[in-house]
Amino acid sequence: MPKITYTEHSGKSHTIEVAKDLTVMEGAVQNNIPGIDADCGGACACATCHVYVDEQWFDKLPKIESSEEDMLDVAYEPNQFSRLGCQITVTDDLDGLVVKMPSKQA
Amino acid sequence: MIKTDVLIIGAGPVGLFAVQQLGLIGLKAEVVDNLDKTGGQCIELYPDKPIYDIPAIPECTGETLTKNLLEQIKPFQTNFHLNERVQEISKEQNKWKITTSGNKVFLAPNIIIAAGVGSFEPRKFSIKEAEKFENNGVFYSIKDKTIFKNKKVCIFGGGDSALDWAIELSKFADVTLIHRRTEFRGTEHSATLARQFEKEGKLKIKTPFQISSIEGDNKITGITVKSEEGKVEKISTDCVLGFFGLIMKLGPIVEWGLNLDNKTIPVNTENFQTNKEGIFAIGDICTYPGKLKLILSGFHEGALAARGCFKLARPNEKYRFEFTTTSKTLQERIGVKKK
Repeated sequence: MPKITYTEHSGKSHTIEVAKDLTVMEGAVQNNIPGIDADCGGACACATCHVYVDEQWFDKLPKIESSEEDMLDVAYEPNQFSRLGCQITVTDDLDGLVVKMPSKQA
Repeated sequence: MIKTDVLIIGAGPVGLFAVQQLGLIGLKAEVVDNLDKTGGQCIELYPDKPIYDIPAIPECTGETLTKNLLEQIKPFQTNFHLNERVQEISKEQNKWKITTSGNKVFLAPNIIIAAGVGSFEPRKFSIKEAEKFENNGVFYSIKDKTIFKNKKVCIFGGGDSALDWAIELSKFADVTLIHRRTEFRGTEHSATLARQFEKEGKLKIKTPFQISSIEGDNKITGITVKSEEGKVEKISTDCVLGFFGLIMKLGPIVEWGLNLDNKTIPVNTENFQTNKEGIFAIGDICTYPGKLKLILSGFHEGALAARGCFKLARPNEKYRFEFTTTSKTLQERIGVKKK
């Protein structure tokens, strides 16, 4: 299974195996990783699974869709590496992905 | 003081259907919601997104679902108390006394919490000065636009609220619209109009910039904005408006002594009562082994919670299970005319 590293804002990091086809958000929620709220449950409707994707990885992700970009407008302190965890589907290619959580989700 | 059988917190689909289930068994409900409209997440987050898993409805939008639920509960003439958040609850003899943010007071033997992920509240600026100036120069909604007359106003956001207020206020204020990227997500019409106003010099647009600080001692004198590339600019302004949509917050519910499990309320699956007698939780906010966060599950939970409410609302009566297809009593309650 692909390994994903979630780094909390404090710097504490969690590396876990996430089954393919789950999203980065689901991987965090199912493993009780703090820092990802996912209020809407994955409908790309709330921007509370906001993560900063590691610079090395950002361009390797499938392109961001406009609906996700729209939601990032209301995310907490977005930057150019911002994505929504619910819109990143885990694949073998993403083995080793590193994401960092913002200081809070809202 | 408003006396009722059940106070429902939350006018989302699950709260609305609970009104119907209560109404059928002869119980009166009042509904409180912090939004300015009924429908909850269905209306606020995805009014146009299709839903495909409502039983017997192959496809409908959040808006249609809400409309149909309202139609279904019409016979019960329910009062909705919108723009109000339940603030405090306390026990008064055998009943709950419930106070809202608008100082409405209810007395009811039962409370059904159908509050989803919490009440919708505006998303705020992340910088700490924003808190200091909130309602004294920093605003997240506009109640009286005339207070901005002849003022310098900076508006942040890329959606319709930001665009529409920028256009509106630019008629009598010096407006700068600031957004984190060049594209606006609002309707094309509003975005085009804003760009046209910019060309005509009626409105300034600054992208891609985000706020980095607010300056001023007792009142705002200016702000600093910065771009991703590190470009920094200072803007002189009197007011800062943020339109970043709404976020859901559990709010005062956490202070009511209810058991909580990761922002949800554990319930029993017999009647969806919480650890407090007379307080029930249904829909996304409740949790139990096997819980699914589906609207259809919330409907089922509401049906059972309604029966739970009956015991406390009508302690001297026996609840009788009946079908709407055959029961004259139920048909009378929903106003079915004899054919």
